[in-house]
Amino acid sequence: MKYNQNKTNPSTPLTIEELEDKAREIRRLIIKMIAKAGSGHPGGSLSSTDLITALFFSVLKHDPKNPHWPERDRFHMSKGHCCPLWYAELAESGYFPKDKLMTLRKLGSMLQGHPDRRTPGVESASGSLGQGLSVALGMSLGARIDKKDCRIYVLIGDGEIQEGSIWEAAMAASHYKCDNLCAIMDCNGFQIDGATKDIMNLEPVAKKWQAFGWHTIEIDGHNMRQILSAYDEAKTIKGKPSIIIARTIKGKGVSFMENVVDFHGRAPTQEEAEKALRELE
Amino acid sequence: MAEFLYQRDIYGQTLVELGKQRKDIVVLDADLSSSTRTSLFAKEFPERFFNFGIAEGNMMAAAAGLAAFGKTVFLSTFAMFASGRAWDQVRNSIAYNNFNVKIVATHAGITVGPDGASHQALEDLALMRVIPNMNIIVPCDAPQTAEAVITAANTKGPFYIRLGRTKVSTLENKGKFEFGKAQALTEGNDIAIIACGIMVSEALIAVNALAKKGIKARLINMHTLKPIDTKAILKAAKETRGIIVCEEHSIIGGLASSVAEVVAENYPTKVARVGIKDRFGQSGEPAELLKEYNLTNLDIEKAAVQCLTN
Repeated sequence: MKYNQNKTNPSTPLTIEELEDKAREIRRLIIKMIAKAGSGHPGGSLSSTDLITALFFSVLKHDPKNPHWPERDRFHMSKGHCCPLWYAELAESGYFPKDKLMTLRKLGSMLQGHPDRRTPGVESASGSLGQGLSVALGMSLGARIDKKDCRIYVLIGDGEIQEGSIWEAAMAASHYKCDNLCAIMDCNGFQIDGATKDIMNLEPVAKKWQAFGWHTIEIDGHNMRQILSAYDEAKTIKGKPSIIIARTIKGKGVSFMENVVDFHGRAPTQEEAEKALRELE
Repeated sequence: MAEFLYQRDIYGQTLVELGKQRKDIVVLDADLSSSTRTSLFAKEFPERFFNFGIAEGNMMAAAAGLAAFGKTVFLSTFAMFASGRAWDQVRNSIAYNNFNVKIVATHAGITVGPDGASHQALEDLALMRVIPNMNIIVPCDAPQTAEAVITAANTKGPFYIRLGRTKVSTLENKGKFEFGKAQALTEGNDIAIIACGIMVSEALIAVNALAKKGIKARLINMHTLKPIDTKAILKAAKETRGIIVCEEHSIIGGLASSVAEVVAENYPTKVARVGIKDRFGQSGEPAELLKEYNLTNLDIEKAAVQCLTN
C-alpha cells in the first residue's frame, strides 16, 4: 500500500516506525513551543498528534513550498486551540522554518494563539468552536463545483460536538453527499471542566453520526496502522461523508499529562517541559 | 410619479447577471430563497446554489469555506437571522478571514410589518458595524440595490447589504454611485439631513416641505455605512447649523451613531436622531408602523425645525 502522496516528498512512503518517530518529534515541538509561550493547550494537541502526523506525512496531497497549489487536499482544524499541533506539522513539513515555532502567542507573531490565515498553510481561522466542520463543508462544495479531485479533512474535538452548529453541518454534509469530506474526531474524553461523560455525555457517539448519515470508522487514535487504514477506508466511501472516531488519550506521550484535565489549557513549567522532553526522547 | 420596486427583485436579477459573467459566483440561502429572490439564481445555476435549510450559522461558516476555496459567495436570509443568529460565524469565520462573502440581508427594519418584533431587525447595522473588515451598504432604492450588489462582487472582503421587504420608490437624479461616497441629493446650508435606505425618500418629502417654510436642507444619501464618508459629514457639519440623521434602525449603533462619532471627534455640532428609540417593533402595516415609531417625513420635518429653533 502506498501512503506517501506528499508532493514534495514523493520518494519512498514512510514506514509505520518512521511515522511514529515523526509523531514523537511533533510532540517534542508542541511541548517546547507551549512551554516557551507560557500558555496554550497541550492536552488536545498531544491526543491528536498521531492522527494528524499520519495525515500530513502519508495522506495529504500538498506542497509546502506552494501552499496555494490548486490541486491540494485541504486540512482544517476546527478545534483551533490545538493549533500548536497544526503549526508543528506545518513547520515539520516545510511550510516555514521551525524556529518560528518559538514565537507562538507572541505579539506580532504569525503563530497566533488560535489559527489565523497569516500562517502559511492555514486555510481559515478557527477557535470559536463548532464552526470548522461547516467551513470544511464549504470547501467540499467548492471542490464539487470545480470538479476537483481533492479531499477535505477536518479535525474536530469530542467536547466540540456539544456545539449545535456541528450537527447543522453534519446534516448538510450528509444531505449534499459530501464523500470528499473526512472528519477526524479526537475523542480524548475530556473538556475544560472535566470528563465529557460528566459534563455533557456524547455517547453513543458513533450512532449519532450514523443517524446523521455519515460513514463511521472507530479506531485507536494512537495506533498508526489503524489510523492509516481508516484514512484509506474513508477514501473508498461514496455518497456520504466519513468520520474517523478516534479514541485517544488526552496528553498522550507525557506520563504526567495523560488524562489530566489541568493540562487541557495549561502550559508546562520549565521543569515539567524538561521532564516531558526526556520522556519523548 | 415615482416607480415603486422591490429591492430584492433587482437583487435576484442582478445575481443572475453576475452568475452569467462570473463562474466564481456561488449563492447560498437558508430556506428563504423565494422571499430573498436567490431562487432566481438557483433556477439558472443549480450547480452553484446551495440551500442550507433553517441553519444560518452553518450557512455562514460554509460560505467561509467556499470563499477559502476561491469562490465569491453571495448569501441571503432575513436581516434578523443574518446579523443576529449567525453573528459569531460572521465575525470569526467570515470577517476575521476577510473572505469574499457578501451577506445580502432582506426584510430589515420595522417595515417587515405584520410579522412583528421577532422578525424586525432594528439592530443589524449596529451588530455588523462593529466587526472589523466588514463593509456595509444600505441602498435607498431598487436601482441602487443593483449597484451595491455589483460593487460587493467587485470589491475584496466581506459585505453586509441591507434590503427591505416592501416596494420602495425609485429616486431620480441621484448621480453616480460610488462605494464609500455619499450622494448629495439636494443643496442647502440651513440644515443637513443624512439618511439611508427607505428613509431617504421620506427625507426628500421633508426637504420639500421645509423649502416651503424657507428652510434650505441638504439631503445626503449615506448609502455606504462602512467605510463612512467622513468628508461629506464634516462638510455638512461645517456648512449647516445641524444634522438630522434618519434610519429605519435603532438610534443606537447605526447611521446616527456613525455620524455622531465623526462630528464629536472632529467638529461638534447638533445631531438629532430620527430612528427607532430603543424599542422593539410590533405587528402592523408598514405605513402604520412608520407613523407609530416616528419615522415619517413629518417626523423628519419636525426634527429639522426643532433643531433650528433650539
